[in-house]
Amino acid sequence: MVEVQNLVKRYGNRSAVDHLSFTVEDGQIFGFLGPNGAGKSTTMNIMTGYLAATEGTVLIDGHDVCEEPEAARRCIGYLPEQPPLYPDMTVLEYLQFCAELKQIPKAEQENQIGQAVSMTHLEDQTRRLIRNLSKGFRQRVGLAQAILGFPKVIILDEPTVGLDPRQVVEIRELIHSLAKEHTVILSSHILSEIQAVCDKVLIIRKGKFVTCDTPDALEGKLSANDRLELLAKGTREAAESVLKTVEGITSHTLTDVTPDTVRIKVGTDGDRREALFYAFAQARCPLLELRSRMASLEDVFLDLTDEDDGVAARAAALLTSGEETPAADGEKNVPSEKAADETSLPDPVPAGPTDEQAPDIAPEKEDTVE
Amino acid sequence: MKAIYKRELRAYFNSMTGWIFVAALTVFIGIYFTANNLINGYTYFSYTLSGTLIVFMALVPVLTMRSLAEERHSKTDQLLLTSPATLTGVVLGKYFAMLTVLAAPVLLACLCPLIIRMNGTAHFKADYASLLVYFLLAAVEIALGMLVSALTESQVIAAVGTFCLLLALYLWDGLVGLLPTSAIGSLAGIFVVLVFVCLLLNALSGSWKLAGGTLVLGTAVILGFYIKKSSTFADLLPKALGSFSLLDAFNSFATDHVFDIPGLLLYLSLIALLVFLTIQVLQKRRWN
Repeated sequence: MVEVQNLVKRYGNRSAVDHLSFTVEDGQIFGFLGPNGAGKSTTMNIMTGYLAATEGTVLIDGHDVCEEPEAARRCIGYLPEQPPLYPDMTVLEYLQFCAELKQIPKAEQENQIGQAVSMTHLEDQTRRLIRNLSKGFRQRVGLAQAILGFPKVIILDEPTVGLDPRQVVEIRELIHSLAKEHTVILSSHILSEIQAVCDKVLIIRKGKFVTCDTPDALEGKLSANDRLELLAKGTREAAESVLKTVEGITSHTLTDVTPDTVRIKVGTDGDRREALFYAFAQARCPLLELRSRMASLEDVFLDLTDEDDGVAARAAALLTSGEETPAADGEKNVPSEKAADETSLPDPVPAGPTDEQAPDIAPEKEDTVE
Repeated sequence: MKAIYKRELRAYFNSMTGWIFVAALTVFIGIYFTANNLINGYTYFSYTLSGTLIVFMALVPVLTMRSLAEERHSKTDQLLLTSPATLTGVVLGKYFAMLTVLAAPVLLACLCPLIIRMNGTAHFKADYASLLVYFLLAAVEIALGMLVSALTESQVIAAVGTFCLLLALYLWDGLVGLLPTSAIGSLAGIFVVLVFVCLLLNALSGSWKLAGGTLVLGTAVILGFYIKKSSTFADLLPKALGSFSLLDAFNSFATDHVFDIPGLLLYLSLIALLVFLTIQVLQKRRWN
């Protein structure tokens, strides 16, 4: 178990980490999410004892990082943002050095190195000089170093940066397999990555705690089935007259009209998807698309980490109030209005698995109801 | 510590650095040995050693520049400082690796008195004592280079900084000779030293109150002593600084053939101090 209490790191007047507290349970995959410069790496550096905190404590498996540094570090495997590699060594030499450094008993060293190498798929690279390895392989050597000795807590700072999509999937599988026996803490500014692997997400913004919950719960708090978007075949007038016949429609806006289709955003009270379906079917205006416009984790993230303090505060307030505050009361009163507007824009890039590699936030995935 | 020692030693001999250090020192000792002892027939090998001291000024920075600066530059210090190894272990591992590189040519030089013996009179006690102190003097210089390397992440700055400091140490006696010997001159000099100490204190503690207080108190004490008995101040500063001369101790071994225990202790305590300061510099970086 990792406990971080009231962590503060100040550089002069600037706070890189500002009163951050959280707990990571055993066997969890815990994700740090935040835009660049939010204090993710600084927090990890403090947790591993590389930096000292200005205030606050970090307990790794009950050991204080400052009071008992050796005991605490024995429980940690750490892959920093830039893998700490010596270019003049071969992969095998490097891992042997790390095994000795981590004080793994001599008899177990060979076995452990073999396991780490096979888990990171480095079997063919062990005799190569690190100098000559590509970025992806270097990242994996760094990862092998972190899992060497199989410490209780494995801390990975942006583990998939610079890897190709196939390698990203491999690393994710590796993280999943590690999580069976270890606590894994990883950071990323790529949302889809956190969503794909983490049991729990901590969102930080400008060094401050924003929220900490499971990815599903975060989404759930901000989503509602009462905002729909539909695409119907037919004219504008026909569609509008059909909408009038359906009960519980509170508002509608036309977003895109072509000669034979209309795209409409609909606000409803409660779930009116079935009623809409039958109404349009009876009017012989087939529905080509009908989906609920959920606030995805992406929206939550974008809002919570917005540069503008006001937007972020409103989003955070919504999260704490939870489900009791229904999100929709007409389009304009939705607190996460900014994010909602963004999702309604036509996606410039189709969402797909390869987008998870995008350097910044991947495009939106919305839940489609057929 | 052992893991770091082994890695460092391997790194020195995997790259050119270690070989260059060993080769250059051996060549220079060889040249002076051939000229002084073999051709001119001088029986003391220690004389040859004092001639090669100047070579350290160029070779020590080559050896020490990458020790800690490179780790920081390539961020591999994150691996070392987050491993279960202690900071003292990391620094000592590196230091002992450098001493091992130094020991190789010094051990080779240990053959020279034997060669002299084969050709006539030799002075084993004087020569081997000189070799010991020669090794220790170089060890002090390496500790100094390591400290400079810990202060920066640029190898070039580390090398140039070490070179300049070594130059100052070699010129120390000459520089101290330039200082005024009058009482009022010493008073001024001691005041300058006090100001430097207070500036350092301010930089380290970050509390100007502490530094200012020390300055005021120190000035009062110095002035008090000066008014009471100004004659003791004559020659005080040159004497005080002169006692830090590194080469003095070596010369009493090499030229006067005296086993200078205070000199030996000076070297050992300087090594301890410099290694300690290196550890503190690294420790402080965590808190920056």
